[in-house]
Amino acid sequence: MEKFKSFLIRKKKPVIFSVLGIAVFIICNALISSGTLGRQGAGLLVPICINIMLAVSLNLIVGFLGELSLGHAGFMSVGAYAGCLFTIHFDLPVYIEFPLALIIGGLVAAIFGVIIGLPALRLNGDYLAIVTLAFGEIIRSIINSLEFTGGAGGLKGINKFSNFSVAYIAAMLTIIVIVNLVHSRHGRAITAIRDNIISAEAMGINVVFYKLISFVMAAFFAGAAGVLYGHHLAILKPGTFDFNKSIEILVIVVLGGMGNITGSIIAAIIITILPEVLRDLSDYRMLIYSIALIVMMLSSSSPKLAELRSKIKGRLRPSTGKEVA
Amino acid sequence: MQQFCEQLLNGLNLGSVYALIALGYTMVYGIAKMLNFAHGDIIMVGAYTLLLSSTRFGLPWYLAVLLCAVVCCVLGVSIEKIAYKPLRNASPLTVLITAIGVSYFLQSSALLIFGSNKQKVDSLIKIKGFTVNGINVSGESIVTLSVTIVIMILLTLFIKKTKMGKAMLAVSEDKGAAQLMGVNVNATISLTFAIGSALAAVAGILYMSSYGFVGPYTGSLPGIKAFVAAVLGGIGSIPGAMLGGILLGIIESMAKTYISTDLADAIVFGILIVVLLFRPTGLLGKKRIEKV
Repeated sequence: MEKFKSFLIRKKKPVIFSVLGIAVFIICNALISSGTLGRQGAGLLVPICINIMLAVSLNLIVGFLGELSLGHAGFMSVGAYAGCLFTIHFDLPVYIEFPLALIIGGLVAAIFGVIIGLPALRLNGDYLAIVTLAFGEIIRSIINSLEFTGGAGGLKGINKFSNFSVAYIAAMLTIIVIVNLVHSRHGRAITAIRDNIISAEAMGINVVFYKLISFVMAAFFAGAAGVLYGHHLAILKPGTFDFNKSIEILVIVVLGGMGNITGSIIAAIIITILPEVLRDLSDYRMLIYSIALIVMMLSSSSPKLAELRSKIKGRLRPSTGKEVA
Repeated sequence: MQQFCEQLLNGLNLGSVYALIALGYTMVYGIAKMLNFAHGDIIMVGAYTLLLSSTRFGLPWYLAVLLCAVVCCVLGVSIEKIAYKPLRNASPLTVLITAIGVSYFLQSSALLIFGSNKQKVDSLIKIKGFTVNGINVSGESIVTLSVTIVIMILLTLFIKKTKMGKAMLAVSEDKGAAQLMGVNVNATISLTFAIGSALAAVAGILYMSSYGFVGPYTGSLPGIKAFVAAVLGGIGSIPGAMLGGILLGIIESMAKTYISTDLADAIVFGILIVVLLFRPTGLLGKKRIEKV
């Protein structure tokens, strides 16, 4: 009986999660078909799903592995080009072709994840961040100079396969896989590496393997998100996947909270909708992002601000302070 | 041969600008153990200051240069005080994200103030070039090279001979021990940011004299490349930054001429990755053993 109870408690969260997931899906579909969202609102649903995929996958590297990747747009672009070239050159039925394109985009990006992950094993911190940045730039300038990718003019003639249902399912799969990974034995190993790499190594955790697996997983989902992106806009330009794109994903992760997947999802929704709602403020968008980044970092780590925060908390809930004392 | 010599000279020219920027990176990294991502954007601020002071208001060149250096110094020191100082004991990830935030803040502020169009900056250098054996030596190259050499000599003397310079070395070696020996750590870190930013201002002026246009994103690419140069030479090492900058400038200009203009940036970044793989401490860097 005890065992059954704990089983229920343990299983409750996934049940709530899946009910919520299905409910959101049905509500969104109902809103689209009834036209409540309007064209503009409905057009935002796919970008929201794409950003959720990107943010959740980057959170695995930044939040859980504790390394900074500035090349997430690079993974996205590799996946996008691979998937879109596949659907352009092959003529299969859509329901086979598009899922296959998503997987191919993901796999190609994952291969690049290995290529980036391998040097990353020897590096950490600032150096790793710069190497990922360099990789992103290299990928961009190579795509720019190649013939079959359309060069700087962009890749045209992509079918508009992306719709809300596909994007939603892909985003859900991303969330499910990453949440399960993070809560598994492997996820604990990854967070152990973040907290202290030397003690993690001493406890017998295979640092090389886990760093690599985090990069590969993150790259896979970023690549799949890229494929969705390409089939949503119907055109791919290498200029889209620059450093700014990587930073935008990073902003989502940081705003949502590093190591917090629910936060990433909420932040992805807000950051995608906000520029559309505040069209007048579009010039100030990057300024607001940058201030948000600085303030978030200062408020979470500055000792003075932490003191201030605990004071405010203590004033709001004086009883808890006594209990601790 | 003639083309080779001209490209070598171009490379030296570009490389000395990179070296000046890389010095700022490497000094800040050595002392604060942080990658100042906003360093490249200080060049942009310097270039805009030059645009306003010299091209718009017609100040004489020495006043314009002085103004650029002062503006950048003040900016660099205030960035350190506001954004980086509270995070001195925070994780490197936090500091790096803050620095990226600062970089974006500077870029988007410039975008709002000056607009996204690139604007023409008149070169401060009025010296005429000359020709040797059919090789053109431009006035810009002469001034850039000589200014860089003078600055490097002065900087080396400053660090080796003066009390402040020795304090900088001591802080970069061991912050705690330096503090116990009576070194004012905060003042030394501020001084480092001030010198680094002033060098960035000079680099910005020299960069403008060769390229002539300034936009909100002017600083980011030379900034990143200068970082590559600092890593190539061994980050934290001052002669390394000079060597790395010059080498990188030559490699870039050769790659542009003999391989491909489109791929030159990719080659530069490829070199960074190869260096980090085989010599993570760079050409002249010291090996650091990680202690538990």
